[in-house]
Amino acid sequence: MSVLDLSRWQFGITTVYHFLFVPITIGLAFVVAGFETAWLRTGREHWLRLTKFYGKLFLINFALGVVTGIVQEFQFGMNWSAYSRFVGDIFGAPLAIEALLAFFLESTFLGLWIFGWDRLPRRLHAACMWTVAVGTTLSAYFILAANSWMQHPVGYHYNPRTHREELSSFLALMTNPAQLAAFPHVIAACFLTAGALVAGIAMWHLIRRPGTDTAAFRSAVKAGTITVIAAAVVTIATGDIQGKLFTTRYQPMKMASAEALYHTAKPAPLSLLTIGNLNGTKPVFQVTLPRLLSFLGTGNWNGTVQGIDNMQAFYRQVYGPGSYTPVIPVTYWSFRLMIGIGLLAALVTLVALWAVRRGRIPRSRLLLWSVIALPLLPLAANSLGWILTEMGRQPWLVYGQMRTAAGVSANSAGEVLASMIVLTLLYGTLAVIEAGLMLKYARAGLARQAAPGTEAGGEETSPALVY
Amino acid sequence: MHLSDLWFIAIAVLWAGYFVLEGFDFGVGILLPVLGHGDAGRRVMINTIGPVWDGNEVWLLTAGGATFAAFPAWYASMFSAFYLPLLIVLIALILRGVGFEFRGKRDSARWRLGWDSALFVGSLVPAILWGLAFGNVLRGIPMNAAHDYAGNFFTLLNPYALLGGLTTLALFTLHGAVFLALRTTGDLRSRANALAWKLGAAAAAVGGGFLAWTEASHRAPGQTGTTGAASAALAAAAAAALIIAVLASRAGREGIAFACNAAAIAAATGALFTALYPRVLPSSLIAAGTLTTANASSTAKTLAVMTVVAAIFLPFVLLYQGWTYWVFRRRIGAGPVPALAAPETELAAPPGPAGPGGSGVRPRPRTAAGG
Repeated sequence: MSVLDLSRWQFGITTVYHFLFVPITIGLAFVVAGFETAWLRTGREHWLRLTKFYGKLFLINFALGVVTGIVQEFQFGMNWSAYSRFVGDIFGAPLAIEALLAFFLESTFLGLWIFGWDRLPRRLHAACMWTVAVGTTLSAYFILAANSWMQHPVGYHYNPRTHREELSSFLALMTNPAQLAAFPHVIAACFLTAGALVAGIAMWHLIRRPGTDTAAFRSAVKAGTITVIAAAVVTIATGDIQGKLFTTRYQPMKMASAEALYHTAKPAPLSLLTIGNLNGTKPVFQVTLPRLLSFLGTGNWNGTVQGIDNMQAFYRQVYGPGSYTPVIPVTYWSFRLMIGIGLLAALVTLVALWAVRRGRIPRSRLLLWSVIALPLLPLAANSLGWILTEMGRQPWLVYGQMRTAAGVSANSAGEVLASMIVLTLLYGTLAVIEAGLMLKYARAGLARQAAPGTEAGGEETSPALVY
Repeated sequence: MHLSDLWFIAIAVLWAGYFVLEGFDFGVGILLPVLGHGDAGRRVMINTIGPVWDGNEVWLLTAGGATFAAFPAWYASMFSAFYLPLLIVLIALILRGVGFEFRGKRDSARWRLGWDSALFVGSLVPAILWGLAFGNVLRGIPMNAAHDYAGNFFTLLNPYALLGGLTTLALFTLHGAVFLALRTTGDLRSRANALAWKLGAAAAAVGGGFLAWTEASHRAPGQTGTTGAASAALAAAAAAALIIAVLASRAGREGIAFACNAAAIAAATGALFTALYPRVLPSSLIAAGTLTTANASSTAKTLAVMTVVAAIFLPFVLLYQGWTYWVFRRRIGAGPVPALAAPETELAAPPGPAGPGGSGVRPRPRTAAGG
């Protein structure tokens, strides 16, 4: 494999892996902060025990999110130095601001939250977790602004003297329409992910251990399922806005390849699934819904949707010879599976909510397996969403401005191969350890008694020995 | 002064902040097998940095991000040139970061020993490699006219840079000992103070040698007047602060010792950056390969945006990070250490009077002259 292929694989592996933890961190920070606030408001101890229970899962997850995040910042320079030189004037600022505004906030206030149970007044302690939650969201805003710029560059100009892209408007960069659609979509997906985790684990306890902390876990199921359902609505709505923006304006090729639509169509049918090849020749079997793609992509039942072949010909005219087509099976299936798996998560959640209505304790074996799978579904959908976004932009690194092949560092293939192997092995090992710890603490259930200091009303009786 | 000069200073400050703060984190990790007697002793040590290590590490991310934003060409060339060392640093920081969180999560001596080793190695390796990296930055690395690295991993292992690695190792280990003396009680505190004396001698020897070598042969060519004098003055200040730190530690004045050692690390970092100026990454191959604050910087517009953002938000960061240190200012004792809140222990009966409860924290003794 070439340095380019290896660097792309490494970026894909490290980024998808990093983003397994990020949505849980963002969503769960709000949920845990909400639980702690519910405890303060109601004084009911089961909210405190839920705070500590999900807080522990939050911390196990957060650790991996943080350490894999350092790799993200470093690898632009390590593996994509030509890219960094070309766009650093624009792309660097959101990353630096993310560290200054968000990372300091998250890390400092999380330290206060972990160690501050007996040191801080209760309201201040809860405020620390809210601050962490705000920090994670700010972080998402800046990094998504950077990514959105790669998807749809705005607020820049090319300087022929320095051979690089330079900033024209920071405000434009921060209010990129692509970003304004992507940010709520990602944040809603984060809430969906965290809600599914909270509800899935709580349902498991209700079904497997009836009678143990039933009231607390019922509260958690309700909080989790309502979060999922509300988040699913926002995810769908913002996904639709993004789809329309990209189909009609920003990246018609991405959406055409996500549909494997080769010829421009008016009206265009929506392809539900395809068996057989996706290379434009007649597939073995295909399910389509007439006109639906036109409606979803353009808002008009009779709208024109650009096809891959037409876009390829158009790009060749504008940018010169070469292939401008992404890998169609990847974009086609990641798009379908993202939506399908996301909807499945929402469906399982609805069933779970129905099963616990009016004090019922469900016992269904099928439901048990469904809720075990529930936390994993959004993780898969999140990863597929990023695969669609990033693979669908290819061959561009910055859409219309820089090809991926032009952005790579002048490293040796051996170096990149070594780092890819080492990071993959390390990440794999840590995934096993992390999953083991999450399962262990999820199964252990609520601690019987909260830490002594917290019950004595913030008296300093317990030492700050947490680790 | 150009904005690019201001951002050169800002990046120097961020690295100095990173070394001062994460320096003692690294030192505590390196001293785990030396000062940490038994699991309880190591837990006390780890918990002295528990609330703050992650916030300290963000200084590195901010330094990296600021370099990317303010000097994209510097960021691109430096990070791709130091590919393997940075990969090793990343692996170390990953193992170390999860070590803090995972260590107490299973009730098994083997599990904890394993993560203690991860904390040790994960602290030791970056403590050496940062100095090695800075040595190579000052010495210059082979870069062609396109500012791409033309050397390999072994190019970076030259005597000057290796001495730089030993310097950061010695300084950070000393910083960890001085910090532990300030933040603990009893036996651990006195052993940390005793060790600081020996570490201080080592740090003075290698650090003095490294800074003298820097001033003698690795200052920016043609650097004269105030810049040259400033670099030498900062190096001298670093040496003086280090000596005062060690003497203060000897005299049991732990607050002064820690403050002076922090000043020594900051001054040494300042001396290196001043010696580097106005270059940011010299090429040892051809003059055209050298990156400077002028040819590596972002546009004035980007730098202006960054300046405004930093001017508004950096004070808040300093305030709340400082507040964290204030909240967790009390010493941690090596007395009876409560059991970890692993599920096994939580699901067991609540600890009775005979249980492993009891406070390991003691109020800070008034007699000790802690800063």
